[in-house]
Amino acid sequence: MTTDVLARPAPASKPETITKVSIIVSRGSLDGVYPALIMANGARAEGIEANLFFTFFGLDAIHRKRHEHIKISTVGNPGLHLATWLGGVPGMSSVMTHYLAQKMEKLDIPSIPEFVEMIADTGAGLYACKASVDLFGLSREDFIDQVTDIITVGEFYAQAAGGQIIFT
Amino acid sequence: MIDTMMAPTVTLAGLTVDVNEEGFFLQPEQWAETMVPELARAEGIADLTDRHWQVIRFMRRQFEENGTGPTVRVLGKTSGVSIKELYQLFPKGPAKVAARIAGIPKPRGCI
Repeated sequence: MTTDVLARPAPASKPETITKVSIIVSRGSLDGVYPALIMANGARAEGIEANLFFTFFGLDAIHRKRHEHIKISTVGNPGLHLATWLGGVPGMSSVMTHYLAQKMEKLDIPSIPEFVEMIADTGAGLYACKASVDLFGLSREDFIDQVTDIITVGEFYAQAAGGQIIFT
Repeated sequence: MIDTMMAPTVTLAGLTVDVNEEGFFLQPEQWAETMVPELARAEGIADLTDRHWQVIRFMRRQFEENGTGPTVRVLGKTSGVSIKELYQLFPKGPAKVAARIAGIPKPRGCI
């Protein structure tokens, strides 16, 4: 039957496919946030269930006032191939972020606020870490509307059950 | 029928077509709109709506014009169907599933 053929049973030798990922975003720099967003969005595009869990400085990516201002770190970032003293020049981080943003726009890579909204639209869950929220004195109102909930680490593990956990 | 020694083939709307292991058409010219209901059913879409058709035809047109299918982000911006609705129509991945139904290769792109 044709439909049986289209169901394509995987050969026994092939590893099982990933069906669910929980991605932890712990850093608040541009290069700390984008990879997690790309992985979450890419997972959804493959039909994989995905949830994002924002902790520590990663919370900036879902912070109403801060998510537009996430910058690339120019100090202690050897990948930039910039002299350490130059990386520390005031405004250098903004200049590099602006330069990168222009390149990204040419490649049609969305800005962080747009990307986060888009990922929420794909049906992925966005969660804030309660310990970090308390630590920084934040509350639900500080976060964008797309945030599903503020949860504890225990709730995170319960929710990540049956999937892969990715820490970024 | 799957011939394990060669690329698999499937029979759709009475015609034999070549597909890869993931079910994407190897020769998009073998595709016909009459195959769509059967292809959609195989993807778990029993109720094929006008909105599904809009996306499938859009994918097909984009492929014919550009030689490649659009990613979900491009679909959301240009097909007239929002990202939210795209995922409601094709929960297992809008660009991937619609490409399979539209008989075109899997769109490549990280975003």
